[in-house]
Amino acid sequence: MNHYTESLAFLVVAAPALLLGALGVASLLDRRWSEPETSRLIRWAVAVALISALGLVAGMLATGEPRVVLDLGNWVEVHPHGAGADHPGYHFQVKLVFDQLSIPFLLLSLVLCGTIGAFATRYLHREPGFNRFFVLYASFVLGMVLTSVAGTIETLFVGWELVGMSSVFLVAFFQERQAPVRNGLRVWVVYRVSDAALLLAAVLMHRMIGAGDFDKLLGGGAWPGGTASVSESQALLLGLLLLVAAAGKSALVPFSGWLPRAMEGPTPSSAVFYGALSVHLGAFLLLRAGPLLDASPTLAVAVVVFGLLTALLGFLTASAQTDIKSALSFASLAQVGIIVAEIGLGWRYIPLVHLLGHACLRTLQFIRAPTLLQDYRHLENAIGGRLPRQPALWVRITPSRLRVLLYRLAIERGYLDALLALLVEKPFVKLFTWLDRLDRRATDSLAGENRDESPVAWDHVPPPSGNGTGHHAALGHGHGNPPHTPNDE
Amino acid sequence: MNIYSVSWLELTVLVPLAGAVAVAVCRTDATRRRWGIAITGAALGCSLLAWIGHETGASPGGSAAWELFTRAFGFRLFALDGLSAPLLPLVALLHFLTVLATTGSNHTRWSVPLLLAGEAVQLAALGVRDPWPLTLFLALGVLPAYLDLRVRGMATRVYAIHAGLFVALLAAGAVLLGAGASPAVGCVPLLLAVFVRSGTAPFHLWVPDLFEKASFAVALLFVTPIIGVYMAVRLVLPVCPEWILQALGFVSLLTAILGAGLSIVQTDARRFFAYQFISHAAMVMVGLQLNTPISLTGALCLWFSVALSLAGQGLVLRALESRFGRITITGFRGLYEHSPPLAICFLLTGLGSVGFPGTLGFIAAELLAGGAVGANPLVGVVMIVAAALNGIAVVRVYFLLFTGGRHQTSVPLGITGRERFAVLVLAALILGGGLYPQPGVESRHHAAAVTLRDRQERLGSPVGAKHE
Repeated sequence: MNHYTESLAFLVVAAPALLLGALGVASLLDRRWSEPETSRLIRWAVAVALISALGLVAGMLATGEPRVVLDLGNWVEVHPHGAGADHPGYHFQVKLVFDQLSIPFLLLSLVLCGTIGAFATRYLHREPGFNRFFVLYASFVLGMVLTSVAGTIETLFVGWELVGMSSVFLVAFFQERQAPVRNGLRVWVVYRVSDAALLLAAVLMHRMIGAGDFDKLLGGGAWPGGTASVSESQALLLGLLLLVAAAGKSALVPFSGWLPRAMEGPTPSSAVFYGALSVHLGAFLLLRAGPLLDASPTLAVAVVVFGLLTALLGFLTASAQTDIKSALSFASLAQVGIIVAEIGLGWRYIPLVHLLGHACLRTLQFIRAPTLLQDYRHLENAIGGRLPRQPALWVRITPSRLRVLLYRLAIERGYLDALLALLVEKPFVKLFTWLDRLDRRATDSLAGENRDESPVAWDHVPPPSGNGTGHHAALGHGHGNPPHTPNDE
Repeated sequence: MNIYSVSWLELTVLVPLAGAVAVAVCRTDATRRRWGIAITGAALGCSLLAWIGHETGASPGGSAAWELFTRAFGFRLFALDGLSAPLLPLVALLHFLTVLATTGSNHTRWSVPLLLAGEAVQLAALGVRDPWPLTLFLALGVLPAYLDLRVRGMATRVYAIHAGLFVALLAAGAVLLGAGASPAVGCVPLLLAVFVRSGTAPFHLWVPDLFEKASFAVALLFVTPIIGVYMAVRLVLPVCPEWILQALGFVSLLTAILGAGLSIVQTDARRFFAYQFISHAAMVMVGLQLNTPISLTGALCLWFSVALSLAGQGLVLRALESRFGRITITGFRGLYEHSPPLAICFLLTGLGSVGFPGTLGFIAAELLAGGAVGANPLVGVVMIVAAALNGIAVVRVYFLLFTGGRHQTSVPLGITGRERFAVLVLAALILGGGLYPQPGVESRHHAAAVTLRDRQERLGSPVGAKHE
């Protein structure tokens, strides 16, 4: 690799990192950039990254190199010395890989982020959260770029987390209302499960092969080649963890419930996150881990099953939605499910092309969503009548009782949210609320107090204006009260 | 003669001690606060010089030509090593920022003298290496919080029972080990004392109780340096048999999950904070138990990260309390618009405490999780789950405090200059340490290696070989 490609590869990541630094530090210091300045920063950063990526591609085509690897060395390393000096040490390697998988995904990310960034600067003009939106957007761009070109699982994890964090706070962007915030929290909970699985996979990978380098795990050949360097059972274990991580990020079954909730965010972020990029990250991860699927047929079957279930759920649910963003999100889900199933079937280029095409189409649909009624009117005016609304063939041939059942299943989104609430959330809250009560009782008995009889005059919650005073928060139905204390300190 | 001829280490302890006495006789709140800032700032400066002197070799171990204590009593009481040298400025910084960010509304007659006394005792405990003085200072360390409760007229029973138990166990352990009892016998009371001081279940009840009843500043500074971990590394780890360490790990693991889960269902901000502390302190303890160079390095890094992050979170909660009184988290408050920097700092410190990438805690969490999985995959899984639960708790409270509505008020509630400085310093440390972690990790790895070598020499068994 020559100096030219190395510099370009570095710029691809450095430009969004500098963008995040510029916007983030200014926000932290409460010295915000103006709207035009923010707009210029976004434009320049994405343009520099995109031009660098294109230059890199041109260089690769010219030299015939199938992949470019930029090894930035160890961000952190611990060398064994002193007691226990036989331990293997620790290193956090930062390595970027530009190959036939990462480059299309990187270009897609940069093109869509640039387009949607330009769209959003107008869409959010004079919006109070303009600056906040673009700080989070910059995190997202950096996260996407890092995830796309990550050559080690640690680097991928960093990008993965940045994408997750920015998604959650953009879902809760309209933070003066409660519904977006509740939905943001729901998305965060699912993402934490997904991130925990990925972190565990990273740690296990270190344990199994002594490094987080994908080349060591997946054989090091140019994508989609490569052979897993772990045993079948190890591939299954690692692969299942990656599948859980992918399921959380791509809203596969059983985590699909968060996807329509995520539509509470501004349209530009919905488009680029849940229509195009973020929702495909899970599929991208599985494509990257392809050799693990090849090494473990059980894992491949599991991926196909999860993909098909998700596709079925997405298809059914999309058919019953009554708002355009939810319908589009479930339609996306159906396609993501199919892409995942394709990956499980052992294909590599077909799902990649499917992913790229679907992301572009869905982004267009999302950003046209606010003008849907106008578009319909145009169409109807053009044809001089109503648009045809004949039910699909499968609807016509399905018995009516089954149709009702399917409709109920679709309108309840497969009952997945209800099931998770019943099996996970409620028992969890119940258990820890009970433990909290035990704690309080034990403290009271030690203190010789009876808290339940103590006055609760302190409990004056200044009501936020507008909606929601006194609502109990998600995951925290309180009981018991702390004792009265004078204005503390 | 040069700048290191002065014993900055001794001054680090003596300045806040003398300051506590001087401030106690000041007449007005404003004077006490000003002096408090000056004294904690001076202590921070002394501790930084002591640390730099140790690191550069200009004053190794904190030694100096003019050591007041050595001249007066004929023996050297205070000494530094790789483990304690950076802890002194950390503790001094936490005290300085807390006093700096104190507003007029959250001040009482004895707040600053008690904070200064507490600082002097904590710094003294970190500045000694011999077991007996360490035991003495650790025991004295429980007094400021007790006095604060008394001064405020609050019930002291829960705290007093735990503090008394702590002192009794500490003394029993020191006496047994001093009398030549076998490590297995001497370590048990010491280990239990560590449990009590760190709020490890079932000895954790005093933590939420203290936060509910004491002043936030005193409670915050009593717990955030996680002195229990220091005690464990100094007194327990070097001599403790493997099975006792395993017991420590098992109980700490349960506590990490318990604290994380309980912090999710809290309805009071102080109790949320208390359980966050309990969970994080327990996670650091798990790293000690694993007893391998990597896990111990991770635990020591996490200790730093958690202390800074929790202090930042605590300062934000305290700043909110100074404006709104006690904070309940039963409903959305929508405070973001009034002070975005406080919201950002809360989020940043919260994410830092759970090891979000780019923050100080990230590499610590990676090291610790790696060490844990290496030792026992189940331990690793539980730790990762605990971290995930803590992450959920932090974001939930962030949403409840800062979003979900728009708080209307006719008075300005924005952040003050001093508060802004305090939160920015903490944010800079959390982010700076996260983006450039190598020096910190290296320093903690060195301290971990020395600790394990000490253990190896005393117990005569190879360290960490079984795990890695």
